[in-house]
This record gives sequence, C-alpha cells and structure tokens, in this order.
Amino acid sequence: MTVTRWVATFAAICLGFASAAQAGPTLDKVKQAGQISCGVPTGVAGFAAPDSQGHWAGFDVDVCRALSAAIFGAADKVKYVPLTAQQRFTALQSGEVDILSNNTTDTLQRDTALGFNFAPVVFYDGQGFMVPKKLGVKSAKELSGATICVQPGTTTELNLADYFRANKMEFKPVVIEKLDEALNAFFSGRCDVFTGDSSALNANRLSQAPNPDDYVILAERISKEPLAPVVRHGDEEWNDIVRWVVYALIEAEEKGITQKNVDDMLKSDDPNIKRMLGVTPGAGKALGLDEKWAYNEIKLVGNYGEIFDRTLGKDTELKFDRGLNNLWTKGGLLYAMPIR
Amino acid sequence: MATDTIRRPARPPLWRNPAIRGLIYQILFVAAVVAVGAFLVYNTVANLRRQNIASGFGFLDREAAFGIGESLIVYSPADTYARAFLVGLVNTLYVAGLGIVLATILGTVMGIGRLSSNWLVRKLAQTYVETFRNIPLLLQLFFWWGLLREIAPAPRQAWRPLPDVFISNRGITFAVPSPDPAYNWMAVAFCVGIVAAIGVSRWARRRQARTGQQFPTGWTGVGLVIGLPLAVFLAYGAPLALDRPELKGFNFVGGHAVSPEFAALLLGLVIYSGAFTAEIVRAGILAVSWGQTEAGMALGLKPGQRMRLIVLPQALRVIVPPMTSQYLSLTKNSSLAVAIGYPDLVSIANTAINQTGQAVEGIAMIMAVYLTISLIISALMNIYNRAVALVER
Repeated sequence: MTVTRWVATFAAICLGFASAAQAGPTLDKVKQAGQISCGVPTGVAGFAAPDSQGHWAGFDVDVCRALSAAIFGAADKVKYVPLTAQQRFTALQSGEVDILSNNTTDTLQRDTALGFNFAPVVFYDGQGFMVPKKLGVKSAKELSGATICVQPGTTTELNLADYFRANKMEFKPVVIEKLDEALNAFFSGRCDVFTGDSSALNANRLSQAPNPDDYVILAERISKEPLAPVVRHGDEEWNDIVRWVVYALIEAEEKGITQKNVDDMLKSDDPNIKRMLGVTPGAGKALGLDEKWAYNEIKLVGNYGEIFDRTLGKDTELKFDRGLNNLWTKGGLLYAMPIR
Repeated sequence: MATDTIRRPARPPLWRNPAIRGLIYQILFVAAVVAVGAFLVYNTVANLRRQNIASGFGFLDREAAFGIGESLIVYSPADTYARAFLVGLVNTLYVAGLGIVLATILGTVMGIGRLSSNWLVRKLAQTYVETFRNIPLLLQLFFWWGLLREIAPAPRQAWRPLPDVFISNRGITFAVPSPDPAYNWMAVAFCVGIVAAIGVSRWARRRQARTGQQFPTGWTGVGLVIGLPLAVFLAYGAPLALDRPELKGFNFVGGHAVSPEFAALLLGLVIYSGAFTAEIVRAGILAVSWGQTEAGMALGLKPGQRMRLIVLPQALRVIVPPMTSQYLSLTKNSSLAVAIGYPDLVSIANTAINQTGQAVEGIAMIMAVYLTISLIISALMNIYNRAVALVER
C-alpha cells in the first residue's frame, strides 16, 4: 500500500464523513485551530524546502506566512503539509489543508471539475526540458524517441504528451511520483530528459545535480504555467482573503512599501497607502480581518519583490531573473487590483 | 388425546423467544450497516455537489491525454481514460501472473533445497529465505531498481553479452522473431500438444491399472508439447526473420525491451514471495510423516517416484491453502510498482484521479479490480485445492 493510495483512500473516506456544515467558514476553522494548514511541495529549492533546522522556507512558504501574518498578526502560525503532485488535490478537497501553495498551474479543469478556486497568479512559469549537455541536443524538436522522466498528476505530464503529438514525435515517459526519485532516475541516466516547470528545473539542476554544469535547460517553453495558490470552491470569504493577501504583496512593491520602511509608511499622505495599511480603516473589516492585515504581512514577511529576491532571485544561489514576474510597470505581468 | 391433557405453558412473549430475538438482532444489524452505507453515499454525493466536484464515471470516455511508458496493448495519449485503465490492468496482470509462476518455481526449489542433505545447499537456501523474507518489499524494489539503473551503461555504451541482446540503463533489449503466421499456428500446436499429453497420461494410467504395464508418459508428453510446434515450424519452412534492436537516436528501436522498472518489480516480487513460498513448501513436505517415505522405499519406488506419487500429493494438501494467500499478496504487492514508476493499475489510476479530480470513482475502481482479481485467484485455488484434498470415504 503506497502513501498516495492511503492518502487518496483516506480522502475518499473523509469526503464521505465530512460534515456539510464545514462549507463556508474556513476562516473560523483556521482561527479555532490557531494555525493555517498549508500544502507545499515536498521539496523544491527556492519554492519550499525545510532548512537545516527543519524550518520551512521558500517562495511558496512565504505566501502562507503572509496569509498567517494577515490573519494572526504572526507569520509562524502555519502547519506545513508537504504534498506530492498527486496527493495535493485530494488533500485540499477533503479539507486536510486549507490552502495549496504548491506551484499549481491554474487550469479550467481544476477550477471547475475539481471544485477549486484559484487565487491570483504568484509566479508565471513555462514548461521546459532539462537534458545532459553531453547529448548535444540544441532544441526540443530533436527529442523524438527520447525517454523522459516526469512527475504524475501535473499539467507537465499532459503538456508533454500534447507537445510530442503536435510535433509528430515519439517519446517514452517514465512516471515517478516522488520528485527526489524522479530526479535520481534522471541524474543516473535512466531518462534522456527531465521535464517540468522551467523555474523548478533550474532549481533542481542547481540544488540536486551531481554537477549542475553537466546539464542544460533547452530554450523552448512548451506551455504557459501560471502558478497560483488554490482554495476550495464554495468558501467565498476565504477565497477573498487569499486573493487580497496576494494582491497586497504586489501592491506593496508597486507603492515601494518594504519590510524596513513600512512603519514610516504609516505616516504617508498617499490615500491608497493609508487605506492599505489600515490607517484609513475599512479594508480589514471588509475582509473580516484586523485592519493591520496588510501592514502585518509586509512587516513580517515583506513585499512581493522582497520575497522573490530572498527565495529565488538575486540574493540566492538560484539567481532567477524577474522576467514575467515583474511589476506591470516594469515590463512584467504582476498587476494588483486596487485595494479600496 | 394425551397431548390435550398436558397444559401447554403460555407462549412466551416474542422477545423472549431466542430464535425470533436472534432474527430481530440480525435485521437490526443489517439495517444499521445499510443505513451507515447509505449515509456515506448520500453525504459523499452531497459534499461533492456542494464543492462543485465532478462525479460519475463519464470521464472514462474522455481523452486521457497522458502518455504511458510501457503497454502490452496499443495505446496513445489520444485514447480514452477507459483504455488507459485497461493498459494498467493488463500491466498489473502481466507482472502478477509472471510473478506467481516464477515465485512458485523459485520457492519450490528453495523449499526443497532447505531440506537437502547437502549442507551447502541447505544453508544457502536458508540464508536466502531468512534474508529476503525479513526485508520490506519496498526497500527491495528500490534496491533492484537502483542497481539496474546505476550499474548498466547508457544506451550508446550498452553491453552486448549476446548478438542482438543489449543491456543498458534503459533495460534489456533483445531481438524477437518478426511476426509470421507460422507462430500463430505454432501456438495452436502447442495447446494441442498439451491436451494430447494429458490424454496420453490418462490413458497410460488406466492401462497400468488394468494390465500393470507402464508407459513412458513423461517423454511422450515432452515430445508432443515440443514436437508438434516444431513440426509446424518446419512445415512453414522455418521462418527466422528477426526484429533486431538498433540504436537510433536516443534509444534502441525494434526488438523487445524489458524496462528496468518492470525488471525490478518482477525481480523484487519473485524473490520476496519466493522466500515465503519456500517456507510453505518446506512445511508441506515436513508435514508428510517419514513413515510414508519408508513405505515407498519398502515398495521399491525410486526417489523421484516417491516424491511424485507419495509425498507431494499429501504435501499439496498442506501447501495449497497458504499458497493461495501468497498468490493474493503477491498480486496486491504489485501495486508497489507506483513507487518505482512501472505503469500498473494503481499508478495509472492515480494519474487519472489527479487529472480528473475524481478520487472516489478512481479508488472505487482500483478496489473493485483488486477484489475481482483476488476472488478469481481464490476461486481457482479452491478448485485446485478440492482436487488435491484428501478424499474421505
């Protein structure tokens, strides 16, 4: 009996027993428990991985920390539940976690048939291919006949099949659930190619390859992968909170509010900043949160840019470019709705 | 009449009648089980609807759109989910079926080996049993899989132990005969040979019972089973065109390939289950008292005949029931394939569950399939058990 099967069986049973009253108030449940149950990846450098002391850190983790800060005024009221790509959806459906911050691609099927709602996109990604340099492959179009390691239960798995079909090429998938096992298989030569979101590929290459320089990520991006936090469909209040917590991170960067200067910003004359930081009350009440919700987020976790730099960007080994994940004013796609 | 004069005691009230009381309890119990079941189904459906999660088996007709690494039947991502499930089922049956046959052979050899009078054979068999019986199967699978992956070279540097056989970290690729009508007829001839061999052995037994004359059943059987297909093969002019594997681009094209995942799973299942089988076989043989063997000796039977005619038929009575459990657990253990990436039923169902979000239906299908397979194995083994069981007169 594998873990997945247990989780899925358990989730199926939970769906049977879960009481109907649990529908709306995820916020009540979270407040009562005193913590948010947050589903994160099982370990992708930069996105979510436990550090040497066992504390979870990374981009996905900070999204949950920001949510915790907004609700509790403390960033550490989070229980991290590492979930594989296959386990995550049943875990959210059954109420085992309150939010998925799990590099999940926003798609129509998941939004509708799986019964979810997606928060705003926090990371714009695209699927790529990682290959050993010594194969001498220059383009994804040369990959016909390749053996490709992929994780199941991802959009990656489907895009892969679509791409090869569209280009009339053959491939042999080797589908391995655990990311570590899949990467081991690739690095030991079981597969010619490892495919996934290109940002994660790069993180895997730098953190797990025996020698990162032996591998390259091909230039082609074969899909759009807008990664967003996910909540259950049907609890609009909770959905709103997650949505605006994310927008506040982006808006703060746009307004130049940082972890350092947020206290000074309380004295700002900009009415937008006043509304956001709760100097002019209203936003917090509308969300059912403390008026200091956005202030706490920024004070305790930082704005979007700070989180990015700290976990993925220039302050890290990964050195990701902001690229599409820059503010709309700087040529990126990040655009927060007005907080008013 | 006499009975009229005896005053019958007043009939006790219904609830004091043990038979009726028992009946009421049973009805109540069944009603409770049904009620809990109905509640679960109702609540699940209600919860799924409330959360807007799709339900029902309609998804089976939709396009699966994901690739499957190895399949015995034709499959492409354009096929339906139903087809993908079928691929998984066939893969599960393939590895479990092969595993059962090989584990039985290995276990029997090792079980007899543990009773050998040769010290070395006995100790080797014992070491095997004690080692592999006591290491969790999942670890063994990872071990074999890692070994096959790490030791074998990349396809371009593949080992070539025999002409047209290549061993690489993509698995073992070997040449297979190209399809030819002769092979279909050879398969038919093979089946005919088996039936004929059984017929001959029955006839020989009846004749021996009647006249005491013996007939070389074994050799005739081998001749029939091997000779008939061989005759067909020659009659078709011995077609020997081979489908040879060739290194093209990334991997070998042509021939037949056994993936490291399949090899590791089969190896793990066979070696693990074989250790248990060995103990079952040993227990069965030891359960036949030594006196039986001595009686056989006294009749002048050869060692082989003693084993075949005296010991084994009696040992089988002890062996068959626990073997049934062993076969069942081997089949169910094959679901550990998901950990090492062999696309068995569970692995494919998991993917389907994840892509469609229909966990309840997917899990129900997995459970129904394993239940069906297990019940079929049980039924077959029970029939066999009845055939070898002690006939009491």
